[in-house]
Amino acid sequence: MKKFTLSVLVENKFGVLARIAGLFSARGFNINSLAVAETEDSSISRITMVVEADEKTLEQIKKQLNKLIDIIKVIDFTKENCMEKELVFVKVKSDTGARDKIMQAVDSLNARVVDTGEGTLTVEEIGDTKKINATLELLRPFGIMEIVRTGKIAIRAGKKG
Amino acid sequence: MTKITGAEILLESLKKEKVEVFFGYPGGVLLPFFDKLYDAKEPRFILTRHEQGAAHAADGYARATGKVGVCIATSGPGATNLVTGIATAYMDSIPMVAITGQVGTHLIGNDAFQEADVTGITRSISKHNFLVKDVKILASTIKEAFYIARSGRPGPVVIDLPVDVQKAQAEFHYPEEVKIRSYCPTTEGHKGQIKRIAKAIEKAKKPIFYVGGGVILSGANKELLEIAEKTQIPVTTTLTAMGAFPETNALSLGMLGMHGTAYANHAVQDSDLLIAVGARFDDRVTGKLDEFATHARIVHIDIDPSSVSKNVEVDIPCIGDAKCILKGLSKVIKKKPDTKNWLSKIADWKKRAPLTYKKDDKLRPQYIVEEIDRITKGNAIITTEVGQNQMWAAQYFTWKKPRTFLTSGGLGTMGYGLPAAIGAKLGRPDKIVFDIAGDGSIQMNIQELATAVLNKIHVKIAILNNCYLGMVRQWQELFFDKKYSCTYIDSFKCPDFVKLAESYGAVGIRVTKKKDVKAAIEKAIKEPNTVLIDFRIEKEENVMPMVPAGQAINRMIGGMA
Repeated sequence: MKKFTLSVLVENKFGVLARIAGLFSARGFNINSLAVAETEDSSISRITMVVEADEKTLEQIKKQLNKLIDIIKVIDFTKENCMEKELVFVKVKSDTGARDKIMQAVDSLNARVVDTGEGTLTVEEIGDTKKINATLELLRPFGIMEIVRTGKIAIRAGKKG
Repeated sequence: MTKITGAEILLESLKKEKVEVFFGYPGGVLLPFFDKLYDAKEPRFILTRHEQGAAHAADGYARATGKVGVCIATSGPGATNLVTGIATAYMDSIPMVAITGQVGTHLIGNDAFQEADVTGITRSISKHNFLVKDVKILASTIKEAFYIARSGRPGPVVIDLPVDVQKAQAEFHYPEEVKIRSYCPTTEGHKGQIKRIAKAIEKAKKPIFYVGGGVILSGANKELLEIAEKTQIPVTTTLTAMGAFPETNALSLGMLGMHGTAYANHAVQDSDLLIAVGARFDDRVTGKLDEFATHARIVHIDIDPSSVSKNVEVDIPCIGDAKCILKGLSKVIKKKPDTKNWLSKIADWKKRAPLTYKKDDKLRPQYIVEEIDRITKGNAIITTEVGQNQMWAAQYFTWKKPRTFLTSGGLGTMGYGLPAAIGAKLGRPDKIVFDIAGDGSIQMNIQELATAVLNKIHVKIAILNNCYLGMVRQWQELFFDKKYSCTYIDSFKCPDFVKLAESYGAVGIRVTKKKDVKAAIEKAIKEPNTVLIDFRIEKEENVMPMVPAGQAINRMIGGMA
């Protein structure tokens, strides 16, 4: 099973996300992450989804998505040249002793601290999946209390939309 | 322009869609609509006795005529009662528009009286659905619903219509055209792919057409006959495609699959080129997938891209309308393949393992089916329930014309046959319509006898009464040590079908002997009324041959010796 990124343009109407979620559960497809928002055209939303599947299932996922009436276009980003980003907030335990070390780690990562609480630091990181995972690994030894992570968003390089 | 109410808009829109007849049941939130219907001369409304009956009747009408079937039910339980009928139509790609009343928009989500989330419930069993919250878009929504239902791969579309939207007013403009940017089904096949198919056909030694309901839906039976005769390629049809190719033609192999003919299944397994047209490689057709047509290159002509390579890996797909593609294909085939040896091999199989049953003095269901076929001269429309009755009907009628066999293939819905017969008879009043029923299934929508009798929709019902839920009993006999768990329903004792028919004002006839079959069928046809015949058949007759579930389709019980 591999992970694939699909970018799906849909009518910006109520119920469309439910149709997609229903399709995935009814047919036993797996969604790893999902990001939904309006596009430059307010009548269209873009859903970026990461699905876990073999090639044959991926084909079915794309065809079944296309079959839904409210779906305008399904683009497979897997083999495309595109920029990908996710965002994560990590709440880390920071005892007085650990705080400096965490700050150092954060600096080395190009991440940033967005909140300091009593005994906690909240770190924000933006990057591709690999970078986000690396950040989490680096922070894990300090004691992660909470992770909030978005789904991946992606855009094709160059002129192609 | 003057404004009219949503209820009137719905009624006017149905007229614009040239709906002749629709089926349904009223209820609280549909009162505004039924009030307007009271004064309307058209379309004709048929009040069924259960919403499921309305949905199947709309489905039967659609299958018999090729037009969109329409049904309507109230919110909550009315709508949930439609669900089985909508799912039945969805699985067999039948064009239908189902309208459901909904509680007022301000109450939606409040668990109001008779509220159900109908768009939620029907999402996975309909081609599309709409909840109309604004009367201004009602007309355009109805237009879209009919367009979606009948175009591309057809299917049921649900319109959920809140009561306040039926009362609200708007100007009525019924759009002339409909364009949905996210929905553009392909009809013309790709020329390059058609050429590739032609080449494959020209080179094939053992080709076979495997034809599904899509051929009937697209009206491609003439094109199919033409190309089959031109290329001398044999044709096997699925359950929903009976009549797509005349079984009187020497190239016909009848039905394939679990209860198909042994020669059709052997031909598929031995073929070197399997040309699927409007079929979807259902498990009842393919049996064990790894062992299905392993020597064959697979061609798949279908309007639905998601059908291609879903179950069986396809070598040459071609997306589009079967009629267009077969026509195009016929033109580009230059040289007819040499199928002489292949056809003689098949002819030999036909001789070795014909479709047959024990011909003695006992009252056997196959004989009844053959007699109905003979007496109606093969001109009747046949509906079925589900189970043994359905398989015997498929096997022992000699199918010649499309839209004459109406059966719930995909979903396998018991209780389909009687309401579907009512719908079919309304669509084709010139035809004799017979429901081939089982004693189990007929009781699932028996209440529709009232609909048939009161509206003078004279359908004929042949119950193949064996006291059992026969198909399940057959599986218990063959695979569960004859433990007939919960399948004996004792229908010789209860109900008395003849009295039941009479109590509805229909004619009831009982037949217990083979020698009385002919007279009973003739009487049923002659009688200007709905007629029910209770044929008390051999109790443990089986449908043969049979592929056990999960086996390769040439490993048939009662198949080739």
